[in-house]
Amino acid sequence: MVALFFLYPLGYSAVSAFQDRGGAWTLANFAKAFELYRMDILFTLAIVLLSSLLVALLSVAIGGYLTLGGNRVAVTLLRWLYRWPLFIPFIVASQMMRSFLAKNGLMNNALIGAGIIEPLQAASLLDWRGVVVTFVWKQTPFVALMVAGAMASLDRSTIEAARDLGAGRLRILAEIVVPQVRPTLVVGLILSFVTMLSVMSVPMMINPNSPTMITVDMAYRINAHGDYGVANALGFVSYAMAGLVGWIYLRHGVRQGGGR
Amino acid sequence: MTFRSFGWLPRGLLLGLLAFAVFGPLTNLGLWAVAEKWYFPHALPLQYGFSFWERVFAPRSNAMASLATSVTIALFTVAACLAVSVPAGYALARLRLPWRGAILLAFLLPQAFPSVAVHINVARIFYAVGLNGTVAGVVLVHTVHGLVFSVWITAAAFAAVDRSLEEAARDMGASPLRTFRDVTLPLAAPGVLASSIFVFLESLDEFTGTYFVGVPDVTTLPLLMFNAGMGGNYQIAAITALILLVPSVGFMLVIERFLKADVLAKVGH
Repeated sequence: MVALFFLYPLGYSAVSAFQDRGGAWTLANFAKAFELYRMDILFTLAIVLLSSLLVALLSVAIGGYLTLGGNRVAVTLLRWLYRWPLFIPFIVASQMMRSFLAKNGLMNNALIGAGIIEPLQAASLLDWRGVVVTFVWKQTPFVALMVAGAMASLDRSTIEAARDLGAGRLRILAEIVVPQVRPTLVVGLILSFVTMLSVMSVPMMINPNSPTMITVDMAYRINAHGDYGVANALGFVSYAMAGLVGWIYLRHGVRQGGGR
Repeated sequence: MTFRSFGWLPRGLLLGLLAFAVFGPLTNLGLWAVAEKWYFPHALPLQYGFSFWERVFAPRSNAMASLATSVTIALFTVAACLAVSVPAGYALARLRLPWRGAILLAFLLPQAFPSVAVHINVARIFYAVGLNGTVAGVVLVHTVHGLVFSVWITAAAFAAVDRSLEEAARDMGASPLRTFRDVTLPLAAPGVLASSIFVFLESLDEFTGTYFVGVPDVTTLPLLMFNAGMGGNYQIAAITALILLVPSVGFMLVIERFLKADVLAKVGH
């Protein structure tokens, strides 16, 4: 099933990236894709990398506090709070952020209300920052849930031992907890990396202007020009990005002794 | 120096900020859903009301039809995913398969490769065989995507079942099939259920595939919302979004009870 409805179209797209409309082999699609969308390709990579980094930091922080936090009330509150966005569809999240981060959105209004900024300073965040915020908002709970789950099932004796020896919480987190949950963290990050790479609704609704993400360009090539060649060449570029992280995962898996 | 010496203040502030970050956008959406008039520079809507709700729920509006389409597609998708993932998940967790890693990875592929590029070609192929714009076509696209969650979580759930219980059942003379039905499956059920919920929500949320394969005949709620939002009708978009949120948040409460840490820790291993 995966082969029929996924591998076949995948191969089809890879092949047609290298063909012109007549079916002859060519690299013209790539030349055109790079000429028109070079900035967008770099933009996409930068956005997804930055978002992944922020997701990693936040989810380790959340998982770490859930595992090592001393204050029961705070831990319970955090556990209840952090996972809400996980269950909110991407498309709903983009619409939400579109109104939240806008110039007259609730965020600016709250900042003005709290006296932190002047009304004239209110600026719309609906550009690359909006895309990053939405991605991080949506993906952090997913990775944090996986990481926190892995942290919770760790053997606590090493943590207790380190604590007895006087290690601070940050040090325990960085030197004992994170190394042990690293496989889970990497899997979560890779999954969210490719998810962000392939989401079309977020950049389309939050940042449709140039530079934008290549998903938007692909849809534009198809809908406005019927140009499957260039769209597939762009698709090939995003496979290359995904393939890169997949390769990192495989290398990681091999080093771990092939899984389990 | 630890947090403790500052007392509750930094912790409270951080949690407050997080709460604002999580619920701020939701509140904004909620406000738009009940706003009749709202424009810059007013901090809050000028007039509240439910006239847009009447429009959305009116019999001639297509919101209700889209909701029905969305739920139908999601249910079919879950059924198709379960049919594949229960045997596949069990095999991956229990049997000594050559290429086990490769198989797991193959199911990851649809998630691992940017889907837009695949979907435009699926649409092109479906167009040739007449599946474009049909519910069956959309279900197929959603299923391929759902299989990632489905197979991976199901395999993890089977792996988390204590093997000694199965062995005990076999020692008592139960057949392999009976052992599976009476021991393994019930123990793995919470994980399997959780994966179904993920698949259901994923299908409900799916936008890109439907956008390319379903248009113009199949309109799901996300498509309706997208069109309303891009058309500048924030009220209709917000109300549609809220309808989409109801199953998501409802399932969140359910899933918390089913997805245990020991299952999650085995995902992707």
